[in-house]
Amino acid sequence: MKILVCITHVPDTTSKIAFSNNNLEFDKTGVQFVIGPYDDYALARAVELKEQQGGTITALNVGEVETEPTLRKALAIGADDAIRVNTPALDSFFVATQIASVAKEGNYDLILMGRESIDFNGGMVHGMVGEILGIPSLSPVMKLEIEGGKAKLAREIEGGKEYLEVDLPLIAGCQEPIAEWKIPNMRGIMMARSKPLSVVEPSENNANTKTESYELPPKKGEVKMIDSDNVGELVRLLKEEAKVL
Amino acid sequence: MSVLVFVEQSEGKIKKSSREAVSYASAMNDGDVVALVMGTADGDQLATLGNNGAAKVVHSTDSRLDKGVIRAYSAGIAQVMESEGSDTLVMAESSIGNPVAARVSIKTSASLASNVVGLPDTSSGFKVKRSIYTGKAFANTILEASKRILILKKGAVPLKEDGAAASVESIDLAFDDSDFGVTITSQEKATGQVLLPEADIVVSGGRGLKGPENWGMIEELAAELGAATGCSKPVSDMDWRPHHEHVGQTGIKVAPTLYIAVGISGAIQHLAGVNSSKFIVVINKDADAPFFKAADYGIVGDAFDVVPKLIQAIKAAK
Ligand SMILES: Cc1cc2nc3c(=O)[nH]c(=O)nc-3n(C[C@H](O)[C@H](O)[C@H](O)COP(=O)(O)OP(=O)(O)OC[C@H]3O[C@@H](n4cnc5c(N)ncnc54)[C@H](O)[C@@H]3O)c2cc1C
Repeated sequence: MKILVCITHVPDTTSKIAFSNNNLEFDKTGVQFVIGPYDDYALARAVELKEQQGGTITALNVGEVETEPTLRKALAIGADDAIRVNTPALDSFFVATQIASVAKEGNYDLILMGRESIDFNGGMVHGMVGEILGIPSLSPVMKLEIEGGKAKLAREIEGGKEYLEVDLPLIAGCQEPIAEWKIPNMRGIMMARSKPLSVVEPSENNANTKTESYELPPKKGEVKMIDSDNVGELVRLLKEEAKVL
Repeated sequence: MSVLVFVEQSEGKIKKSSREAVSYASAMNDGDVVALVMGTADGDQLATLGNNGAAKVVHSTDSRLDKGVIRAYSAGIAQVMESEGSDTLVMAESSIGNPVAARVSIKTSASLASNVVGLPDTSSGFKVKRSIYTGKAFANTILEASKRILILKKGAVPLKEDGAAASVESIDLAFDDSDFGVTITSQEKATGQVLLPEADIVVSGGRGLKGPENWGMIEELAAELGAATGCSKPVSDMDWRPHHEHVGQTGIKVAPTLYIAVGISGAIQHLAGVNSSKFIVVINKDADAPFFKAADYGIVGDAFDVVPKLIQAIKAAK
C-alpha cells in the first residue's frame, strides 16, 4: 500500500500568538514549530498500517525551507521519504492544488492528513483534494481499518459517530483516537538523516483568497470571585449582570 | 448579490445553526435569499425558513439524500447555484457542511472561508473576519473569486425570526453513482440531548470530578439549565465520557453564551476550545488554577459541595 501523509508545520499548542509589522505578519519570535497534532495522528496511523500490511509512507509538506526539520521529524517517526513543495502555503485552495499534483504523480492508495491545521483551522484541504482528484474524502476520521482494497472507518458527527465503508483510493482527515501519537526514538532520528527528502517547485500560483490583516481578540475583564457559601450570588449575577439565564 | 443557503436537518427538524445561516444571508444581502434543503422534510417546516429571512426554499425530496451523503450534497448544491445564478453560498459549520463546502468550492471555482465570525465588509471587494489559531486571533481575508462560500461559526449573527413565510419549490437533481460511493453502515447518535456544538449553555467537567460515576450532578446541572455537557481531553481519553464531548484544541470548539467549567485546570489547549464563549464560570478547588484568569466569574471550592448548591440556587431562582 502506498500512503501519502500531508504534514503541516505549525506553532506548538502552547504558543503565544502575536503579530508584527502592523498586524500584517505572524510574529515567530520565540515560537516553536511542530508537526500539527492532527497530522501527527495521521502519521501514527500510517505507521501502524504499514507495520500491519507493508507498503511505503511518503510525508509531504507545502512550505519553505524552514519546514524541513518538521519533515525530518516525520521521517524519524516512520515515513520512508519526504517531499517538500517549495512555496509558502498561501491558502487552502493553493495548498490543495499542490497536494493534488503530487498525489497524481504518486498514485497513492491512501492520503492521510489532520482534520485541520492548528494555525488557520480551515479544515478544507482534504475535501478540496478529494474533489480535484475525484475520489472520496472523509473527516474527522477517528478509526480506520484497511482490508482488501476497502476502508472501514468511523467518522465523528454531532453527538456521536457514524461507521462507513468505501473503496480505496481514499483521503482521510484524522483525529484521535485513530492512533496514539508516536515519539521518534534515537534509531529513527539517526535513520531520518539519510532518508530522501526531495524538493519540488509548485505547479502554479493560484491562491484565490488574500489575508489583509490579523487581529487579536479584545482583552478579558477581571474575574469576579464569589464565595462558595454564597452560590446564590452567582445565579443573581448570571441573571442580572450577564443576562445569560 | 444572489445568496444560496445550504440548510441541514437533525432528527427531522431544521437545525438552529442553519436558521442562523439563513439569518446571516438575509442580513448581508439586498436581494432574495434562497434556501436549499435536501432529503425528506416536512413542507410546513420548510416554509418557516421564511421567518429567518429566506424568500424561497428549494427542496429535493430524493430519499437517498436523507443521510449525510457528502458528494451527493456537493453535486446538488453546485447544480442549484447554477440554476439560481447564486454567486454566494452560506452554511453553518458542521460535520456535513464543512466537507461539502470544500468540494463545492472546487466544482464552482469559488473562494472559500471557514470559521467566519461576522458579516462581510463589501465596501471594496468582499472581506470576511475569520477565527484562526483556535480562537486566539482573527484574520481579515479577501475572497477574490467571483463566487464565494462562507462557513459560519455559531453566533456570527443574531437569529432573525420576524420574516414572512417562504415559498417552497421542489427540484430534481441529477447524480452519478460515484456520488453515493461511500456507504454509511450505521450511526450512533445521542438523541433528545442538546448537542454540544449548537448549545447556548455548556456544563463541562474535568479530571477534578474523580470518575465517571460522579457525572450525575453535571448532568443534573445541565438539565436544569437546558445545557449540553462537555469534558476535558483526559476525561474522554479515559473513557469517562464519550469522545464527542471532548472540548478544546484537539476536540470540539464551542461558542456558547455561557460555559461552566467544573474541576478543569484550564490548560492552554482546553482554553483554545472555549475562548469564543461569551461568559465563563469556573469552579475549582485550587485558587491558583489557570482557568480563573480566563473566567468572568469564579468560585474556589470543592465541586462536590458547590455544584449541588448551584443546582439548588438555580431551582430557587426559577
Ligand atoms: C497537543 C495537545 C492537545 C491537547 N488538546 C486538548 C484538548 O483539546 N482539550 C483538553 O481539555 N485538553 C487538551 N490537552 C491536554 C491539556 O494540556 C490538559 O492536560 C488537560 O486539559 C487537563 O484536563 P483537566 O483540567 O481535566 O485535568 P487536570 O489538569 O488534572 O485538572 C484537574 C483540575 O481539577 C481541580 N480539582 C480537583 N479536585 C477538585 C474538586 N473536588 N473540586 C473542584 N476542583 C477540583 C484541580 O484543582 C485541577 O485544576 C492537550 C494537550 C496537548 C499536548
